[in-house]
Amino acid sequence: MQCNGDSLRNSLRHLWRASALLLVLGATGCATLPPNAGQDPRDPWEKVNRNVFAFNEGLDAAVLKPVAELYAKLPDGVRECFSNAFSNLRGPSTAINNALQGKPDEAVSDVGRFLVNTTFGLVGCFDPATDLGLERHREDFGQTLGVWGFGPGPFVVLPVLGPSSVRDAVGILAVEPFLDLNFYIDYPGVEYSILALRIVNERAELLPADRLISEAALDRYSFIRDGYLQRRRSLVYDGNPPREPETDDGDEAASQKPPAEPAITGPATTGPEQSQSTDPSAKLP
Amino acid sequence: MLLLRSLRAFLVSIAALASAGALAQAPDAAPDVLVRDLTTTVLETIKADKAIASGDVARVQKLVDEKILPYVDFQKMTQLAVGRGWRSATPEQRAALTREFRTLLVRTYSGALSQVKDHQVQMRPYRAQATDTDVLVRTSVVPSRGEAIQLDYRLEKQNSAWKIYDVNVLGVWLVENYKTQFASEISAGGVDGLIKSLTERNRALDTSKKA
Repeated sequence: MQCNGDSLRNSLRHLWRASALLLVLGATGCATLPPNAGQDPRDPWEKVNRNVFAFNEGLDAAVLKPVAELYAKLPDGVRECFSNAFSNLRGPSTAINNALQGKPDEAVSDVGRFLVNTTFGLVGCFDPATDLGLERHREDFGQTLGVWGFGPGPFVVLPVLGPSSVRDAVGILAVEPFLDLNFYIDYPGVEYSILALRIVNERAELLPADRLISEAALDRYSFIRDGYLQRRRSLVYDGNPPREPETDDGDEAASQKPPAEPAITGPATTGPEQSQSTDPSAKLP
Repeated sequence: MLLLRSLRAFLVSIAALASAGALAQAPDAAPDVLVRDLTTTVLETIKADKAIASGDVARVQKLVDEKILPYVDFQKMTQLAVGRGWRSATPEQRAALTREFRTLLVRTYSGALSQVKDHQVQMRPYRAQATDTDVLVRTSVVPSRGEAIQLDYRLEKQNSAWKIYDVNVLGVWLVENYKTQFASEISAGGVDGLIKSLTERNRALDTSKKA
């Protein structure tokens, strides 16, 4: 494994070019737009987003989902091995991000986890680290920016890659590639095969959620967007976000109630993440 | 203003007393104990019942009806999700909204339950004062292999019994996730428009299940 800056820059350039093309294709598509599209302060680019979303859904139905369904037929043990190994490739990124977020204990545990699983776990296929009490964490640079006080910014649907926010897109496109071991595999054939398999594996893990979302959502786009934004906020606070201030709860006595106190305390951030969430108009366009 | 507030408080306490008398008193279990027992019972039942594992929807529905629904306040859930529109809704509209939202959620939840296999519930640290009437109970649902699923609950104390009024799956609060959708349905077609959308969705799911 060795870093090859040129090929990395090249693949990034290709990614950008492909994204721009897809963005244009997506934007000229024909997704049905609700009359209030773009009025939600969290989603000013809703019109473009909905088109890219429709494009992604089409691509998914035509290519990714059928492949993932085939993949899901593999024995549980094989899929679990792949899943573990791919998660292991993200180990260094998780460790670095935990360090950047000021969580040295977690970072050390992540390094230990990576070493144990890479060696005794046979390149991450097995997960002996969890049995040793080294818990699996999930950190990326988008979360790190959140911990540093950056709010998510506008919601954005990336072509192919799916729902994101400006903050998280910076992480995914500009920083994460350099922290991901996949990009340091110096044989393009191997590098891209693993990347493709990872995407299929990830999609296969989401298959059970498909039915749930199509049953539960009145508006699929809005359901996925709101779920994404909530989930990411929760991840920034490692699962314990402070309670969002009550918006209009429909109670007659709403104005007479004292403001809801956060039931639990997260890291004390006073950055945009916090100030944005206290905007009472944020949820009621 | 102050007078109005105390009058309100007075009326509310009368109403509370009246309904407390009418309802059978549930045992005054702590909310975290309630959630633990509830989830454990459900998971154990699923494990023991082969029909549920093989996807028998009626059986799952029965389990949900008997074990879970008595501890859920669907009206509060619906009110929170509907938000501003709730105030202008008539009692009939409120009843219809609650009924349809409940049908939708029970069905979705039942679908998710039938995918549960050998999961176990783990309680996460619980912090609340004895005097609290609105609490957060945090749990993890852990499969025998693979990653734990964060599952949290918000409960409110009503006449000494605790009722669940919101659920969080993997960091996503259920009520919050419906707010925007409901608001835009209401702004497009009023409260009746939202009732219609929910009813149609439930009916579509009904027919697709029979087909």
